[in-house]
Amino acid sequence: MSARDRILGRLRAAPKGSPVALPDIAAWHATRPPLATDAALAKFRSNMEAAHAEVHDTTAQDWPLLLARLAAEKGVRTLLFGPDTPHGAQLAASAPAGVELVPYDRPVAQWRDRLFDGIDASITGARSAIADTGSMVLWPDANEPRLMSLVPPIHFVLLDAARMHANLLAAMLSERWASGMPTNALVISGPSKTADIQQVLAYGAHGPREVIVLLCLASGGKP
Amino acid sequence: MSQPIRIHAARDFKERSLAALNDPAQRKNFRGAMDFLQMKRRAQFGDKDELTTLRDLGEAIRRYALANLPELLEQLERNLTANGIQVHWAETADEANAIALGIARRVDARLIAKGKSMVSEEVGFNHAMEAGGLETLETDMGEYIVQLAGEAPSHIIMPAIHKTKQQIAALFAEKIPGVAYSEDVDTLIRIGRQVLRRKFAEAGIGLSGVNFAVAETGTLFLVENEGNGRMCTTVPKVHIAITGIEKVVARLEHVPPLNSLLPRSATGQAVTTYLNLISSPRKPGELDGPEEVHLILVDNGRTQAYGDLQLRATLQCIRCGACMNHCPVYARIGGHAYGTTYPGPIGAIISPHLRGLEATYPLSFASTLCGACVEVCPVRIPIVDLLVRLRNEAQAREGSADATLRGSGAARTTLVSTIWNGWALIYSRLRMYRITSWFMSRGRAQSPVEQGAWTRSRTPLTPAPKRLRDLIKETNQ
Ligand code: SF4
Repeated sequence: MSARDRILGRLRAAPKGSPVALPDIAAWHATRPPLATDAALAKFRSNMEAAHAEVHDTTAQDWPLLLARLAAEKGVRTLLFGPDTPHGAQLAASAPAGVELVPYDRPVAQWRDRLFDGIDASITGARSAIADTGSMVLWPDANEPRLMSLVPPIHFVLLDAARMHANLLAAMLSERWASGMPTNALVISGPSKTADIQQVLAYGAHGPREVIVLLCLASGGKP
Repeated sequence: MSQPIRIHAARDFKERSLAALNDPAQRKNFRGAMDFLQMKRRAQFGDKDELTTLRDLGEAIRRYALANLPELLEQLERNLTANGIQVHWAETADEANAIALGIARRVDARLIAKGKSMVSEEVGFNHAMEAGGLETLETDMGEYIVQLAGEAPSHIIMPAIHKTKQQIAALFAEKIPGVAYSEDVDTLIRIGRQVLRRKFAEAGIGLSGVNFAVAETGTLFLVENEGNGRMCTTVPKVHIAITGIEKVVARLEHVPPLNSLLPRSATGQAVTTYLNLISSPRKPGELDGPEEVHLILVDNGRTQAYGDLQLRATLQCIRCGACMNHCPVYARIGGHAYGTTYPGPIGAIISPHLRGLEATYPLSFASTLCGACVEVCPVRIPIVDLLVRLRNEAQAREGSADATLRGSGAARTTLVSTIWNGWALIYSRLRMYRITSWFMSRGRAQSPVEQGAWTRSRTPLTPAPKRLRDLIKETNQ
């Protein structure tokens, strides 16, 4: 008998106990009503800012200008991007002055040193966001790999304000996560941090020190 | 770097806790940290109704998972396997380590970068890997500090909670080449980041724990703040996740309530910086992520708890650490005194299954049964009832119906059982009881001044000058 069979055997041999009903997630979900768009946006923004992230308003057309300004302010000279995404193409077409755009276009093993030591910032899209906790959902893929949101010290995130969910469960349900999970799904709530030294909060533990949200609204925001 | 082999002998518990009690600096650290964590948790749960609903649901989710554990584990295995994640089963700590070593040998790994995993502590992972010629490196800042100091974690969420920044500054200056003494926390973290960053790329294997394993989708759900967990699960060619068999949940939608309870109970955060959901190794065309992902499911005594309907509740735990943050005993003696991987109330109720009662029974007595842990436990584990049950098990006569666990009866001594037998004899016979109590109240002046452990920190016990029945008689006259 294998370890597996012995473990499962012991579990099966255990007394059954009274049956436990399937937890009523829907009832709980109903106690947390969806937020109106404005309230959701406001909550997302204040939570994000409380977590030390920056949120800037912009539009789907204007964000490259905003990015250029922020990159210049922060002294970003190398910016990692996914050339095969729509926003990557948009960025390439209006590349910010003085910033070298570095495409993530080959397996990490081929350029690991540069990724870890030679990149100032990255930009990725977000799939959606969560107001309740001030979080962004990313589903990295071949066009926008996993390490883009982790290794560079500054992470710019392009977020469509229309893709705002009230909470994590709402995001999972309305995007039907359970019917097909990606290799890696991420929910990111600000820059990486630690309080492991005497409970003092420090940002930029192993991941980005700064997370900057470019929030694309239907109308407006100054570039 | 080596992980110390700890002395777990139950007899040393008293000495270790006495030493801890007499260490004012350490007590101050713990007191400060506990006050801070309690305050942060309270701030998260201002809405009592919301908390009640959430705890009910959290408990229901965990109990549902346990009630269906064998089926869910099989479903988890099926779905993980279909997703390309390899599943291994380990009955013991040694088996778990052997599986990891086997993988390491096959892929010719020399360095294992470790994200935070209490199960890896539990099985003595680092030690076993080093014995097998591999290097392990803790990459969670707290764990890194503890490993650098050659110590063990003193808290399941904040491993270096017993250390001051001065101690950490001195440690870094001593152990990391080229580092000058600095007490500035940002500087210290930056140093840690720099040292560890290079290592993720060098490591052939990344190790992580698992917070929830989702049977329905075959997903490993991990939470963290630092990003080292994501590094360990993304950068090395091979990712090994190690976890206890109880960590499974039935459905993906069962995760959000638990994930709301976990960080809020643990550190008073609404959410951790990263939720990292892993469902597959790198797929063709993807540019990063591990080529192999393994899950090691560890029993190591959990099936003993599972086999008993009362003790099964132990396995509801989501390892938030709230019970220790609110425990008056833990706050005073700290984590190391327990001598077990899991300290505090959760340590007292889980360790007997992992290591046997013989090595761990004093932990169940190291409690005032005040119930603070029960009040905060997000999944409503009846910790106090379980402590009492374990005390009874520890005192149970071998072979009796009360002795059901490995090491039951370990605390039983002839002296104590004789005293209790005598007590039972006297108290169940009226005449004998009257005579004995008459002699005791009249002879109270002869009460011993030294009463063993009792008088070490208390005044001696003396019978009352008048028995209760005498007092009643007087009042009625
Ligand atoms: S026993 Fe309850 S309070 Fe303690 S760590 Fe487990 S879930 Fe948290």
